[in-house]
Amino acid sequence: MVEGYSALYIFMLAAFTGYEVISRVPVILHTPLMSGSNFIHGIVLVGAMVALGESTTVMQQLIGFFGVALAAMNAVGGYVVTERMLGMFTGKREVKK
Amino acid sequence: MTGHIIQISYFIAAVLFIFGMKGMSSPLGAQKGIVWAGAGMLLATLVTFLDGNIIKNVDHRTVNYILMIIAIAIGGGLAWVSGKKVQMTDMPQMIALYNGMGGGAAAAIAATQLIGGHIQSTTAGTLAVLGALIGSVSFSGSLIAYAKLQGILKGVFSLPKHQWITYSVFAIAVLMGAAIAATSGMFSWIVVLFFVLALLFGVLMTLPIGGADMPVVISLFNALTGLAVAFEGFVLNNAAMIIAGTVVGAAGTLLTQLMAKAMNRSIAKLLSPAPPSVGGAQEVVGSMREIGAQDAAILMAYAQKVIIIPGYGMAVAQAQHKVWELTQLLEEKGIEVKFAIHPVAGRMPGHMNVLLAEAGVNYERIFDLDEINPEFPQADVVLVIGANDVVNPVARTDKSSPIYGMPILNADMAKNVVVIKRGQGSGFSGIENALFYKENTKMFYGGGQEAVNKLIAEVKQL
Repeated sequence: MVEGYSALYIFMLAAFTGYEVISRVPVILHTPLMSGSNFIHGIVLVGAMVALGESTTVMQQLIGFFGVALAAMNAVGGYVVTERMLGMFTGKREVKK
Repeated sequence: MTGHIIQISYFIAAVLFIFGMKGMSSPLGAQKGIVWAGAGMLLATLVTFLDGNIIKNVDHRTVNYILMIIAIAIGGGLAWVSGKKVQMTDMPQMIALYNGMGGGAAAAIAATQLIGGHIQSTTAGTLAVLGALIGSVSFSGSLIAYAKLQGILKGVFSLPKHQWITYSVFAIAVLMGAAIAATSGMFSWIVVLFFVLALLFGVLMTLPIGGADMPVVISLFNALTGLAVAFEGFVLNNAAMIIAGTVVGAAGTLLTQLMAKAMNRSIAKLLSPAPPSVGGAQEVVGSMREIGAQDAAILMAYAQKVIIIPGYGMAVAQAQHKVWELTQLLEEKGIEVKFAIHPVAGRMPGHMNVLLAEAGVNYERIFDLDEINPEFPQADVVLVIGANDVVNPVARTDKSSPIYGMPILNADMAKNVVVIKRGQGSGFSGIENALFYKENTKMFYGGGQEAVNKLIAEVKQL
C-alpha cells in the first residue's frame, strides 16, 4: 500500500503539516499540547497489535505482548491526562458566562 | 474488502489526528481537539482488532488474541487509573512516563520484526533499526526523566568521563544497528546487545541533565517517539502510523524549540551539560526584611493594583484555591488583581495555567511575561508565592550568574513586594535571589496554604 517514494512524500507532507498546525500555539497550551501529541503517537498500538498478531514463537509473543501493553498505556494515559487538563480550561469558561 | 475498510479507517483516523492537533493549538477548540483525536484512535484500534488477518498464522490465532486482550487490559487499565489519579502538579512526569511507553512499544515492534524475519529489504531493515534505536532511547530516557521529576532519583549523576562513555555507547549501538540492517536482523546476540546499548544510551544521556531542564528533554523525547512510530509505520506499511508519527515528530520538534526558547536554554547545550560550576556568581549583600500577616494584608487591601506571581511552590502547597479566594476578596474591595505567569512557571511551559485553571482562575486575569512586565512599575503590591528564579533580578544584571539572560518577571520594579516563602533556602537552581534582599521586599514566612489563609483572615477584618 505504501511503497518506496510515495512513503517519502507522505513523510515530507506530514512533517510540514505537523510543523504548520502548531506554529502559532500560545504558551498556555504548551503542556496540554505536548500531552495531546503524546497521545497521538499512541497509534503505535495499532502497529503493536499487528506485530503481536504475526508472532509465531514464544519470544516474539513475549515482546509483542509487552509492545501492546506499553502502547495501550501510551494511548490511554495520554488521552486521560490531556482530557483532564483541557477539561479544566473549558469548564471554567462556562462558569464565567 | 476488509483491506479497504482498514485503509479507509486509517485514513479517517489520520485526518482526525490532524484536525485534533489543530484544535488543541488554540484555547477555544482545545477540548474538542482531543476528543476528535480520541475518536480517530478508537476507530483505528477497533478496526485493527476486528480484522482477522492480523493473526496470519492460524495455529496461533487464539493465543495471540488472548495475549492481545490481556495486554490491552493491563496497559490500558494501569494508565487509566494512574491518569485519573495523578495530581496536576505531577503532570510533567506523567506525560514523560506515557511517552516513554510509546517509545518502548515502537522498539518492541522493531524487535518482533527483526527476529521474526519479516524484514524484506535493506531499506526496511534500516528504518526498523532507526526506529528501534530512537524508541529505546526515548523509553529509557523518559523513565529516567520520570524518576527525576518524581523525586525517586535525586540530584545529578555522572560517571567519570561521562560524555566519552555516552558517545562510545552510542557509536557502538549505531555500528551494531548498521550490521543488523545490512543482514535483515534475525535473532542473534547482536540484536540483543543492540537493544541493551540503545537503552543504556538513553539512561546515560538523561542522567546528567538537571531537573530544571527536564521539560525540554521530555518534549524532545516526545518528538523522538513520534519519529520512531513513523519509522515502524514504514516497516509495517501502515500509513496511519507514518502520518501520526511524523506529525508528532515535527510538531514535537517545534514545541521543543519553543519551550527551550521560553526557558532560555539551547537544546544542544542542554544535551551536553558542562559540569556544574559552583560559585563564581556575585554574592548578594544585605539582609531580608520580615513582615507579618497583618501588615501584609494591610499593604494589599489598600493597594490599587496587585500582581500575583505564582510559582511551582504554590502548586506543591496546593495553595492555588486559597490564592483564588484571596483574589476574589481583593476584587470585592475594588482592587485590580492580575496574575503574572512566567513561561516556565510550574514545571513546564503552560503548566501553571493548568494549575490555576484547576482552581477556577479564568484566563482574563492571567498575563504572560511580555504583557505584564511593563505594568510592574504601576503595581502597588506584587505578591510572589512559591516562585523564585523567575523573579531574580540577577538574571538581568549579573553576567556570571547561571541564569543570566533568562527573561524574568520584573517584580523588583513594583512599589512593594511581598514574598511568601517556606524558609530562607534558595530556588530550584540553587542561586541566591537578589529580589529578597531589596529594600521594598518583605518576606512573609510560612507554608503556602497556611500563609494565604492568614492573609485571607486579615483582609476580611479590614
